Formats: sequence, structure tokens, C-alpha cells
Amino acid sequence: MTGLPRRVSRDPRYYQIAILSTLLCYGVAVLDFGVQWQHAAAIIGTALGAQWLAGRTLGLAGFDPLSPLISALSLTLLLRTNSLSIAALAALLAIGSKFLLRVNGKHVFNPANFALVTLMFTSEQAWLSSGQWGNTALLAFGFACLGLAVLNRARRAETSLAFIMAFALLLFSRAVWLGDPLSIPLHQLQNGALLLFAFFMISDPKTSPDAASGRVLYGALVACVACLILFGLNQPHGPVIALILCAPLVPLIDRYANGRRYVWRAAGSLSRDSSAAKLKQGTSV
Amino acid sequence: MKMLIAASAALLTFTFAGAVQAFCGFYVARADADLFNEASQVVLVRDGDRTVITMANDFEGDVEDFAMVIPVPTFIERGQINVAERSVIEHLDAYTAPRLVEYFDPDPCQRFDYDELRRQNGPPFPLAVAEDAAAKARSRGVTIEASYAVGEYDILILSAEQSDGLVAWLRENGYRIPDGADKVVASYLKRNMRFFVAKVNLEAQAKSGYSYLRPIQVAYESKKFMLPIRLGTLNAKGQQELYVYALTRSGRVETTNYRTVKLPSNLDVPVFVKDEFGDFYRSMFERQTAANGNRAVFLEYAWDMAWCDPCAADPLSADELRKLGVFWVGADNRNVRPAQAQDVFVTRLHVRYDQRHFPEDLIFQETGDRQNFQGRYVVRHPFAGKASCDIGDYEQALRERQSREAEQLANLTGWAIDDIRAKIDFAGGEPPAAEEPWWKRLWN
Repeated sequence: MTGLPRRVSRDPRYYQIAILSTLLCYGVAVLDFGVQWQHAAAIIGTALGAQWLAGRTLGLAGFDPLSPLISALSLTLLLRTNSLSIAALAALLAIGSKFLLRVNGKHVFNPANFALVTLMFTSEQAWLSSGQWGNTALLAFGFACLGLAVLNRARRAETSLAFIMAFALLLFSRAVWLGDPLSIPLHQLQNGALLLFAFFMISDPKTSPDAASGRVLYGALVACVACLILFGLNQPHGPVIALILCAPLVPLIDRYANGRRYVWRAAGSLSRDSSAAKLKQGTSV
Repeated sequence: MKMLIAASAALLTFTFAGAVQAFCGFYVARADADLFNEASQVVLVRDGDRTVITMANDFEGDVEDFAMVIPVPTFIERGQINVAERSVIEHLDAYTAPRLVEYFDPDPCQRFDYDELRRQNGPPFPLAVAEDAAAKARSRGVTIEASYAVGEYDILILSAEQSDGLVAWLRENGYRIPDGADKVVASYLKRNMRFFVAKVNLEAQAKSGYSYLRPIQVAYESKKFMLPIRLGTLNAKGQQELYVYALTRSGRVETTNYRTVKLPSNLDVPVFVKDEFGDFYRSMFERQTAANGNRAVFLEYAWDMAWCDPCAADPLSADELRKLGVFWVGADNRNVRPAQAQDVFVTRLHVRYDQRHFPEDLIFQETGDRQNFQGRYVVRHPFAGKASCDIGDYEQALRERQSREAEQLANLTGWAIDDIRAKIDFAGGEPPAAEEPWWKRLWN
């Protein structure tokens, strides 16, 4: 009887799903995101279907709906399109990349990030609306707190914190160099999409380096590349593009910085939970 | 002393005592840019990295005192600057303006389907209804890279190594620059932006025969899809009004660093709003701005330029689009009918900004969104003919509808509900009685 509550309290993905769903409801109800329910349904349905199909094809034990649900919710929150088929394709690309683009038994790209960037650059019908979240300080604060709560559960906060701190440092340094008021970097940081990225995308423990030092390096690297894209190339969506560019470096970082491979449900005392251990193989993708 | 109207691509209108800004009243059924004092209008044509920007201002002071300082992302040559006709921007403004449409209730004796009456939302009927100077400049670290005469303007292309040099040069030459401009100019210079100054050549202006200043156009190629508004926020006059009309190929334009919010639209309002559409629109815009923390950019229109429904004005012709810098539309295609596909998508953004809420320049992106959107408000006139039957039910439904419209208007504008109700000509002469609380008769 206590199986489900224990699993919920141990697996940080339940928290992530709860928070992403709350954000989605807030975005749709209060901020008028322009997210259509059919699109959300298409993304979630396709992601779950693709995960199930891939799991069966590869003969994985059990069906894990949590990870594809998180990818689907992230996609629903960030991807904008008027086409139902593009929405479904995004989910397919996300889950497909997870199973097909793998190095050393780890998938290379964050699934939602891969789908988002691929479609943004290949289809005129897909775009990312990073300004849609508004910039109220309260919102930023709420996001950060919620995100941190998730990270504390996942115990992999280094990537997010390193990214946010390096990104903030770069923005403030740039403002000081330009002689701009500090209200400008503050405004740039109080962006919902940026925080969503920092606390729900780059933080993905499955696609970040295994060692803590590697994750700090990785977070800072993504921040640098993001600034280069934003201010050197004058292109929007720097962080999202930087992440896909930096992701292939993770196996390299892993080679030099050894650490323990992250396994979902391991964020507690997995070794003592035999039923969870049985599912380990099935949930490692 | 000359006055400076510094236009950073977004018409950074520094206004000073004595500078009269145009206010032309309002149209009955269209909410044009004229509705707001000191509104700047910018047309941004963009495809790839190619940009043509047209800046219109409503300066009405002594033209001798007029000058604009315009930051641009790249070096500009003579051929990249042009003077446009104001009428084209006025046409674009009219075409994209929020509109009021009206319906007339049919004879209730011929059509008794009141539910249908309440729901009806059929196609609307449109209602519209020099050498020394150069040496001096060099001593300030400012190089006048070129000077051109374009239309009634003298254009000076400046390059400066130091912002204080540029600001000092501008001050020495009689321009009044607000405090804090040095820092903003320095910031732009470090980002490799160039500046040009446009002054009015009085002789050329007299010859041109225009009593107003025509919009200045600049064509350039840059990755930066942005509008520098920071210089404009420096003056102490508070909030400024800006309209951006983006003409693109793929779809709607939105800001990436501020929220782009759709203005409430497709709403029924009481019939008297027809006579107060300007007031209605201003109040609504004010309320929406406040409701979004004074930080939102509002979408007022997003439409394929080939058509409109209802039309506040005809779509722009290929010739007019070409004048605005839409370089991908054929120049010699004079036979293009407005109804034909123009491959132009227009986005009208309206922003009220100040330094506190808009610390950063506006940065845009072109999206793939081709869904049409317009600011559209509806008045429904009650049936005014002679009824040949008992229309009690119709009047009851009408009173309820009028009551709902009053509440909707109060919510949209913040106007007092009692004032609104007093202006409504309720069916039967009486407003519907306030609904009795459910508990009133509970124990009686």
C-alpha cells in the first residue's frame, strides 16, 4: 500500500511533472500563452506512444511514462506552432532522439531541447516565444523556488546553479562594460523562459555530466555559448541553442571527470528497494 | 538653441517646452495612432537580415529647431536614406487600426429565435466607415563621415570614438541633449552602432512645399532585429507612445524580451460607444497596460496584407508597400490588385514605455504564426422598426444583453458601471432590475 507514496517521495520526476503542469495551467489561464489543448494532447499522446513503442521494440522491461511526460510538458510550454502535425512531430523527435542518439549508454541531447531546436531551424511553422512569460519579479522568484525544490530532490543542482550564476555574471559584466544600468541585466534575468530552461531543461540529470565538477563546467560553458549567440551573433534564444551545441561535449567531460551515473529513482535509497531496482533498466532511458 | 528630437530608430522624441505635439482628435470608428498624444510610428520591413525602417513623427514646432539623432546598426551610405510620404504610413495606420463594427437587430416579429439572436456572430458590416565643422568635429573625436541632402533633410553620418565626444559635439552644435544621454550613446558605440543626425534644410523644405516633416527611411542589413528606445526614455516626460508596424514575409512579429499581449478583442459594447470610440479605446488601452504591469507590448493587428474583414481601410497597394521599403514586392507590377496575394504579413504593435518598465531596447523576432488577429469591437443596434407583434420576449432578451454589454464595458475600461448604464437606452426604457439574492426568499 505504501509503494506509490514512497515512490512519489523518492522520484523527483513526480515533482517535476506537478510543477510543469502547474506552470502550464498558469500560462494558459493567466498569461494567455496561446497553447491549444489539442496541441498539448498531441504532444503528450505522441510522446507517451513513442516511448511505449520504443520500449517494446527494444525489449525494455516495463513502461515508464514519467520521462516522456516531462519532455512533453516542457515542449508544450516552450514550442509554439499552429500545426498539429508539427506538435506531434516535436514529440516524436524528442523521444526518438532519446533512443537513437546515444553515446556510452546515455542519450546525448535533452529530448525537448533537441526537438525544439531542430524544428525551430527546419520549419517555418515552429517558433519559440521566450518573451511570453513576462518579467515580473514575483514570477521569477516563484519559478526559482519551484525549480530548486525539484533540484533538491534530484540532487543535481550544480548544472542549473552554475549556468544561472555564470549567465548572470556575464550579463552583469557586459552591463558594467557598456555602462548600462543594472536594471538591464536584471530585466534579462527575470525571464520565465530562461528560468524554465535553467531549472527544467539544462538540469536534466540524464544528459548532464556524471561528476559534480563536470556539471559545474558544463553549466558555465552553456552560459558562455548562450551569451555568444545572444550578443555576438545577435540571435534570440541563446541558452536553448547553446545547450544543443554543448551537449555533444558531455561524453568528453565524462571521460575526464569521473562520477556516478544518474539513474532515476536513485535519488533515495534505491539499493534497498528491490522493486525499483527491477525497473531500473526500463527507466534508464 | 536648437531642440533635438533624437530618434533612435524608434523616434526618441525629446520634447521641450514649446514643442507642440499633434493631436487631431479621433475618428468615430477607427482607433488610429492619432488618438494618442506624442505617438511615434515606426514601420519595420524585415526579411532575412535586410531591414528598412521608416520613422514618422508628429513634430509641429518650428522646423528650424528640429533634429533627430538616429542610431543605426551599420554604416549608412547616401543611397540607404530616403524620405517617404506620410500618407502611406497614414494608410497603414488606418488599415491596421482597431475597429468598431455594427450590426442591426432584425425585426423580432420575423425571426423569433432569440437564442440565435444572442449567439449571432455573422459576417460584420464594416462601418467605416562643411570644413570648419569637420575639423572641429575631429577635435572632439567625432568624424563626420559623410553629409548628404535627402529631401528636406541634411543628413550627417557621424562616427565617434568616445560618447562624450559625440555628445559634446552635439551640444556645441546647439542640440539640447538630456542628462544621461552620454551613457546610452556610449553603450551603443561599444556595440558598434553608428549615429546619424537629420536636420531640416529650410530652403529645401520651403521648396518641397510640405507643411510638415516627412518620415525618414533607412535601409540596412544587420542581424539585429531591434528598435533602440533607450534614448527616448531619457526625457522626463514620462510614458511615451509607440506604434510599430512590422511588414514581413513569414508571419507575426513579437518582442523576445517583453511580453507581447493580444489586446482584448471581438467584444460586444453598448451602442453609445460608437460616438465615444476614441475614449473607449484610450481607456481600454490604459487599463490593459496597467493590468499587465506597464510592461507589455500589445498586439493590435496581425493579418495577411492581401485582405481584411472588416476593412478599416483598403489593403496597401504594391506601390505603397514598395514605398515603405517592402523590397520583395514587384516594383513595376502596377496591375496588382489589392485582393491578390502580396506575400506580406503585417503586425501592428502598440507600446507605452518608460525607463522604469522598459529598461532595454525592444528586440523582435519573426514567428511562423500567420493567424489573423484584429482589435474588433461590436455594437448591436436594437430593432428600431414598428413591431407587428408582441415583442416582450425580445425586449427582455435585449435588456439582458444591454446589461451584459454594460458590465463588459466597465471591465474593459474601468468606467463606473452606473455612468455606463445611464448612457444606455435600455429596451422598454428601464434597465433590468438587479437580480435578487438567492437567499432573499429563503425564509419568506
